[in-house]
Amino acid sequence: MLNSDRYSIFSVLAEALRGQTGWKPVWRQAAPKPSYDIVIVGGGGHGLATAYYLAKRYGNANIAVVEKGWIGSGNVGRNTTIVRSNYLLPGNIPFYETSMKLWEGLEQDLNYNAMVSQRGVLNLFHSDGQRDAYARRGNAMRLHGVDSELLDLDAVRKMYPWLNYENARFPIKGALIQRRGGTVRHDAVAWGYARGADRLGVDIIENAEVTGFRIENGKIGGVETTRGFIGANKVGLAVAGNSSRAAALAGLTLPIESHVLQAFVSEGIKPFIDGVVTFGAGHFYISQSDKGGLVFGGDIDGYNSYAQRGNLPVVEDVLEGGMALMPRIGRVRLLRSWGGIMDMSMDGSPIIDRTPIDGLYFNGGWCYGGFKATPASGLCFAHLLARDEPHEVAKAYRLDRFRTGHMIDEKGMGNQPNLH
Amino acid sequence: MRIHCPYCGERGNDEFSYLGDASVVRPDASAPNAEDAFYAFAYERRNVAGPTQELWYHAAGCHAWLVVTRDTRTHEISDVKPAQDVALARQSPVSTAS
Amino acid sequence: MTQSQTSRVTGLGLVDRTKPLDFTFDGVPYTGYAGDTLASALLANGVRLVGRSFKYHRPRGILTAGSEEPNALVELRSGERREPNTRATVAELFDGLDAKSQNRFPSLSLDLLAVNGLLSPVFSAGFYYKTFMWPAAFWEKLYEPIIRRAAGLGRAANEPDPDTYDKANAFCDVLIVGSGPAGLMAALSAARAGARVIVVDESFAFGGRLLSDARTVGGMSGVEWVDAAVAELSAFPKVRLMSRTTIFGAYDTGTYGAVERIADHVAVPAAGEPRQRLWHIVAKQTVIAQGAMERPIVFGNNDRPGVMLASAVRSYINRFGVAPGQTAVVFSNNDDAANTIDDLVRAGVTVAALVDTRPALAPQIKSKARKHGIRVFEGAAISDAIGGQRVTGARIVAAYGTSQSVACDLIAVSGGFNPNLQVTTHLGGRQQWEENLAAFVPGTLPKWMTVAGSANGSFSLASCLGEGTQAGAAAAAAIGFEASSIAIPKADDELTGVSAFWHVESAKHKAFVDQQNDVTAADVRLAEREGFRSVEHLKRYTTLGMATDQGKTSNVNGLAMLAELTKKSIPATGTTSARPPYTPVSLGVLAGEHREKHFKPTRLTPSHDWAKERGAVFVEAGMWLRAQYFPKPGENDWLTTVNREVKTVRSGVGVCDVSTLGKIEVHGTDAGKFLDRVYINMMSTLGVGKARYGMMLREDGVAMDDGTAARFANDRYFITTTTANAIKVLQHLELCRQWHWPDLDVQIFPVSDQWAQYSIAGPRARDLLAKIVDAPFDISNAAFAYMAVAEISVLGGIKARIYRLSFSGELAYEIAVPARHGDLLMRKLMSEGEEFGAIPYGTEALGVMRIEKGHVGGSELNGTTTAADLGLGKMASTKKDFIGRVLAQRPGLVDPSRPRLIGFKPVDKAVRLRSGAHFIGKDDRPTAANDQGYMTSVAYSPMLGHWIGLGLLSRGDARVGEILTATDPVRGETTLVEVVPAAFYDAEGARLRV
Repeated sequence: MLNSDRYSIFSVLAEALRGQTGWKPVWRQAAPKPSYDIVIVGGGGHGLATAYYLAKRYGNANIAVVEKGWIGSGNVGRNTTIVRSNYLLPGNIPFYETSMKLWEGLEQDLNYNAMVSQRGVLNLFHSDGQRDAYARRGNAMRLHGVDSELLDLDAVRKMYPWLNYENARFPIKGALIQRRGGTVRHDAVAWGYARGADRLGVDIIENAEVTGFRIENGKIGGVETTRGFIGANKVGLAVAGNSSRAAALAGLTLPIESHVLQAFVSEGIKPFIDGVVTFGAGHFYISQSDKGGLVFGGDIDGYNSYAQRGNLPVVEDVLEGGMALMPRIGRVRLLRSWGGIMDMSMDGSPIIDRTPIDGLYFNGGWCYGGFKATPASGLCFAHLLARDEPHEVAKAYRLDRFRTGHMIDEKGMGNQPNLH
Repeated sequence: MRIHCPYCGERGNDEFSYLGDASVVRPDASAPNAEDAFYAFAYERRNVAGPTQELWYHAAGCHAWLVVTRDTRTHEISDVKPAQDVALARQSPVSTAS
Repeated sequence: MTQSQTSRVTGLGLVDRTKPLDFTFDGVPYTGYAGDTLASALLANGVRLVGRSFKYHRPRGILTAGSEEPNALVELRSGERREPNTRATVAELFDGLDAKSQNRFPSLSLDLLAVNGLLSPVFSAGFYYKTFMWPAAFWEKLYEPIIRRAAGLGRAANEPDPDTYDKANAFCDVLIVGSGPAGLMAALSAARAGARVIVVDESFAFGGRLLSDARTVGGMSGVEWVDAAVAELSAFPKVRLMSRTTIFGAYDTGTYGAVERIADHVAVPAAGEPRQRLWHIVAKQTVIAQGAMERPIVFGNNDRPGVMLASAVRSYINRFGVAPGQTAVVFSNNDDAANTIDDLVRAGVTVAALVDTRPALAPQIKSKARKHGIRVFEGAAISDAIGGQRVTGARIVAAYGTSQSVACDLIAVSGGFNPNLQVTTHLGGRQQWEENLAAFVPGTLPKWMTVAGSANGSFSLASCLGEGTQAGAAAAAAIGFEASSIAIPKADDELTGVSAFWHVESAKHKAFVDQQNDVTAADVRLAEREGFRSVEHLKRYTTLGMATDQGKTSNVNGLAMLAELTKKSIPATGTTSARPPYTPVSLGVLAGEHREKHFKPTRLTPSHDWAKERGAVFVEAGMWLRAQYFPKPGENDWLTTVNREVKTVRSGVGVCDVSTLGKIEVHGTDAGKFLDRVYINMMSTLGVGKARYGMMLREDGVAMDDGTAARFANDRYFITTTTANAIKVLQHLELCRQWHWPDLDVQIFPVSDQWAQYSIAGPRARDLLAKIVDAPFDISNAAFAYMAVAEISVLGGIKARIYRLSFSGELAYEIAVPARHGDLLMRKLMSEGEEFGAIPYGTEALGVMRIEKGHVGGSELNGTTTAADLGLGKMASTKKDFIGRVLAQRPGLVDPSRPRLIGFKPVDKAVRLRSGAHFIGKDDRPTAANDQGYMTSVAYSPMLGHWIGLGLLSRGDARVGEILTATDPVRGETTLVEVVPAAFYDAEGARLRV
């Protein structure tokens, strides 16, 4: 009989014939063992990817991922699904490009279709100054071997003839496009990594909230959880959104604030937006899912929050951007809005580093760019956990960079997290 | 979310802009540990889940900076004071501002 | 035409039969009445097949009579007003309405994509996660295009939405959401207590279920009682009744988002009227009285047209006077559904059977059935509906397992009621499971919110009236209004028994849990088998509850089935979170008027009209529109114009509008001390009557803004900021004043809009100004030297300020007058300047001249550069503390290899430079490792006759004379450049001091 644990068109057809009864759970409901080599706190995209790459590439499967709720319950399932590597600064580009390359091979690697769809990310510009800033960015990407093109107005019109060109407050002048950018079915990323890690022997332990760390003589010994103590030689934190709360349990104060970002989806309509479009004169970015919903977002609400919901001013601000750019969506309806808690770091860039506590490692500060980073974040955190040294492409993501003045500030907003 | 500005009354949060934690205070630049102190002031945040004091600015109103006590889990606001009063009280804790 | 309404029942319904309305559905003309919804009018005309489902393209009819409708979605209107996915059950009928079915090809009755239904064994939940992976490149090229072709239901309009939307704010003591018996009683008791009350209802008529159920209240018919209550409420001056208004979200501090549909019930909004209005309602107290929604039971073919919620059947009969079938079977697990029998009989519908899952029905129900000759099946279920494009029968499975078919064309189904608690949970409130009611009821609530009536799980009419009264009074009392005791009107008795029942195991055909998204009972079982055992996982894996109804008719059934499968209780299984909006909200109304050209306000300077008359080309600068250049007839490209403007300024005189600069008064005895702390250089030492260039840092040591500080008196400074940072700097200064140094005697006033300000630059600037300034002011170089400032008057008594500042590098002044005189001053400068050949110049020429002088602008002050990076490190005083001083000393910010501002010129003078190009060694390959910096600003210098640039280059200030490559791959250009000092023109500054 065909092994339905290997996903393919053949297993799908075979299962169709026997009423779908042969499928196994995508991941086992593991119970905690007394101890592991490595415990990863946080069963989101980053934590699960970390476990997967540790097991797959670094040969260590004596790992548990502990998750306070259900896996994928955080930002991996709350984002606007965009992937791209169109960064500006040398500290960021190689990392995000590593992520992009991992996305490109993800489904074959995981044997799980996360619908990685490279339909292009178009960043519109509306002034000469913005064009030059995008040229600088595009050139930086090209120097790093990353695809990027500067489009003039005609080329943009050809791609999206129905945008508002004639009656705009800030007329479109052109765009920077990364054609390899696109979208990925967000939940499937968590499930795919969970399945991959599970099959390699990783224990995924849901409904286990970490309540404390066992630290003796400055060295980690394990985690206290609502499902009991779990011993570990090394503990990796991957709980973006709640990083400060988790770190506080270990006595650490981080250069991070938690902020709420809202995201939106419309009713399903026949597709007319091919790729990702970002407005350059306001906070609005949009794509259309394979189900037909317009998936869009804008700025964070701007105040610290752990509430996973926001307020109306930002909702209106986002749609003002939407109607400035694409007034044909006026009669399409908003179906659902929601909020996620972002680890907003002090320079807008992430942190993947050791902590002052021996054996405790930190991954966080993803601001609202965490989803696209998932594969590289997992790979680099796995590398750090396995080798005790930073991965080549994540060297800049040091925890002490603010103390030494080596900020990675893409937007130039300084130490004010709500402006990044 | 609505904030009760002591000068203007209750207004929507879109009239205000947010700075952040009001528990960090600008250090003395002449102190021997000034560099560490300024690092902590500028970068380290307790980022509390619960009631916290934070600085808001009534940008579309009176331009007052306010110290707002707000629960970051529920967004419930329990207190709003003019930042200048709080700052004066901090400087001379004996003669608290009225 | 009215004869065509074959299913209309004489003598029943609230529709206005004197007002027939013509409409079309899929091009076929029909007639309905005022007071109809599109759904009721279609049913009146015998139309049952209304849409196709999302995945399997199954034929679908009308399931509900409300906003929870999952199936009867249509494209309403056409062309630029086309509205996809409009629920026929809430679309009010209007004359000329045209609607089309959606998601079908070529037609509704013959939909070729129904073939998907045959492939349903393959298309199980989540099948796409398991395939379409090889080869990788085929996803975008083959698989996804096919999937996307099938995606979505209706089509968005192709053109901009022609209608307008607006926004309004409302404040009240008590907000009542819902106008059924509980809502109206709550409103009456709050209003009588004296509270300011707002009542909103999503429908076009107040009354809620009292419009749809034949009930008696206070000795009147329910409808009469509603009319009386609404009349009384309308008479209160402090009560606002809002129909056609949906509270779509609860937000913090008692704020609600609501949409009022002003013109959705007419073909086109009246002239000047918006289509919809977004309300921000702020309430001190809220009573949620949104009633409950009936849930279906999951059985085979339960999606066939003709399967309808029992409460919807009653709505169509009692409110709309329509019989939704000729022969009905009622299938339920509760006492309420039996009320449907009376209405069906009254409407002339044959009731073939009452099927109830409970083993023993109440005697009253059984005797009622017996009276009408209806067969009663206790402990039984309908396993399957029979029929294709409409129901033709029901397969009834009796308690002891035998089955039989009963012919019918209507199955009225009721699985019990779910209180409408979505809005109560938007702020994180929790629902709790009430086993006796087989329903979730309010758990935790925001402290300003109460829930009354069916929404609270109190399903009987009497308890709705009682709880509403109580809740209204309590809400008013909570904010200090004393409630008088109110008599609660009496309602007729009723039974409210229910016994949980979710799905029929013996179904032979597909049994749908989420009808719109085609999620079946088998999909729920598969998800559980594959480990998706959290209710959120179930939702995300199967898409259950993610359709346009957000699971209003499916979520509770789905989670109850999951609970059965996982052998957990319903409370332990939990619910998914309801999120705004309660029902879908048009995107246009959320934007309101801020769209297209009116996306953001446009700020115009006082002499804007003059510039327009003069033929200026304008450019957006933040919110401002600024004159970019002033083309003369015959000048066909911008560069010709800008070159002329620069040359004229450098040889004669030009005037530039700089009113957009940020302008701030800083007063007080400590003003100098204060400015010393915010600028890196000293300002307390500035003499009265003098100005000084200054730079501010952020606290992290990075440059924030530059500008000038002028001192008009010991305790009176005036500072300018860049246009871009005007608001940011003000906010920063207020923080410093109020929070960091509250003890300083300093006052700050923003005066950006109070002054119109002009730069008069060029060798003839003094000659021109001499004609403008009033005597006895002496404008001579000796009396008014470079960097002098003065308060004077101009043009015969207009108050003015004059600053001898130069951005262009020429002899120059800035002159400011009260904003209302700006236009006059500009016109006078031009007319008086005619003899000197004075011209206006725009921001382009201004930019060219600042680059010729090597001054920093916005692209150098980019939030990552330090004062030292910009060549201004020596300005920083070492004698004082200032914002940013300490952190600017961090190793990363004083690293000598940081990019420094420096100038560039092309080796081949004919070549143009590009801002955004990166610098690499002359013979280096274009790689990241060779990247040494980038060009920040470029201009064609008409004075030098070639392009010049400023850039940030690693150790740039030490590399003058080096030849580098400026690589610009996104524009396909590679240029050899020479590193030169940043000041290209009059480096020693001789011209500005003459």
